[in-house]
Amino acid sequence: MSPSLDLPAKGGFSFDLCRRNAMLENKGLKAPTFLKTGTTIVGLVFQDGVILGADTRATEGPIVADKNCEKIHYMAPNIYCCGAGTAADTEAVTDMVSSQLQLHRYHTGRESRVVTALTLLKKHLFNYQGHVSAALVLGGVDITGPHLHTIYPHGSTDTLPFATMGSGSLAAMSVFESKYKESLNRDEGIKLVVEAICAGIFNDLGSGSNVDVCVITKGHKEYLRNHLLPNPRTYVNPRGFEFPKKIEVLLTKITPLKEKVEVIEGDAMEE
Amino acid sequence: MDGVAESQRTLYPYVTGSSVVAIKYKDGILMAADMGGSYGSTLRYKSVERIKPVGKHSLLGASGEISDFQEILRYLDELILYDNMWDDGNSLGPKEVHNYLTRVMYNRRNKFNPLWNALVLGGVKNGQKYLGMVNMIGINFEDNHVATGLGNHLARPILRDEWHENLTFEEGVKLLEKCMRVLLYRDRSAVNKIQISKITDEGVTVFPPFSLKTYWEFSAFKNPTVGAEGSW
Repeated sequence: MSPSLDLPAKGGFSFDLCRRNAMLENKGLKAPTFLKTGTTIVGLVFQDGVILGADTRATEGPIVADKNCEKIHYMAPNIYCCGAGTAADTEAVTDMVSSQLQLHRYHTGRESRVVTALTLLKKHLFNYQGHVSAALVLGGVDITGPHLHTIYPHGSTDTLPFATMGSGSLAAMSVFESKYKESLNRDEGIKLVVEAICAGIFNDLGSGSNVDVCVITKGHKEYLRNHLLPNPRTYVNPRGFEFPKKIEVLLTKITPLKEKVEVIEGDAMEE
Repeated sequence: MDGVAESQRTLYPYVTGSSVVAIKYKDGILMAADMGGSYGSTLRYKSVERIKPVGKHSLLGASGEISDFQEILRYLDELILYDNMWDDGNSLGPKEVHNYLTRVMYNRRNKFNPLWNALVLGGVKNGQKYLGMVNMIGINFEDNHVATGLGNHLARPILRDEWHENLTFEEGVKLLEKCMRVLLYRDRSAVNKIQISKITDEGVTVFPPFSLKTYWEFSAFKNPTVGAEGSW
């Protein structure tokens, strides 16, 4: 019997455990669910640049896992990316491409272009044949102008003046299709993006909570985290928290943590 | 014996109509639907009237299987006929017709032989406006604005935002046109031949079919990859 050489995995997913998982599922073991961002994300090109918008609800099946998550991810100082689909996949893929872009900036000495981010993301997603479940809206302003692209999990892309993705995309798209005009100014653009996200928040069960907006123009960007909070807590106990009656508070001492090393605030790597 | 019975059950639809959208307005109900009948992914019939008056007080709009819609119209013909034969000065209003349709649809669903439709039933009787929807599985409800199929995802968000009590006729038509335009852009089975019907206390008016104006002149659509040569 000739010894069989087990070639090491060359990269990509290893499907070795699939048969064992199927057998376990047959025996009754429930597979763990993954955290999804049932989502509404939108992007819009206006006269000076690009506006991105997103809701802030992350769901795990029928449960809201995170009421205020961040779906607009940093890619480069002039490029941001909204992500829908599996939260881990969107985080990982945008983080990875953001690092690659930074290295590329060091190498070329120039500002990153949106098509660079587009090509890096598209290559990665196509390589994994749709198993990396990330649907992205990529927007930014570079030396060639403002750009807005959508990227689908299988790796196809579209270049559009306005785009929506996620479970709330139809509700948001109905707002865009009826109200979009060319050459909107900044306030009109933000208003339209907020309206589209609110349509997703109030008409789609997978989207909810607050509205995040990011405005990118030439040489300047504004990340408006929680720009609108249309779902406040309505009934808050005015008494606040009280210790149960049996517990007696004897002494209250607050010790601020002392810094051992002085941290010099350098170029903050944004999350 | 069983083989014959099996082939009689509806398993999937063949010739289908796309969404219907309807709203209550000041004087009654406004309903809009396009006139397409699709055979799978082919646009087979382009003059299908999917909104029909029922009795004196109601309008019925249907999406889904066209042959089942025609069957439902026959059931309703019989219902209205028997009602007229009583000759008691009373006639079936939209609420009653809606209830009858709900029973029919739910009953067929329980026998695993559904009528593959989503129906919109609207009408006015004695000044009372009524607008309801029934599904092929028997889900029914009443609301100020309803839509079937993809209209639920594309038209209802717009209606939830912009509908209000006492819309005038012109405002209502404009609102319906806005919804049908979004459906035309984003529903693959939509056709640009719309028919609007209205029903008020005075009676039913079915307007002649018209087509919506669409706008394709966004410069970004004409030249999407300007500045990003090679991408698509």
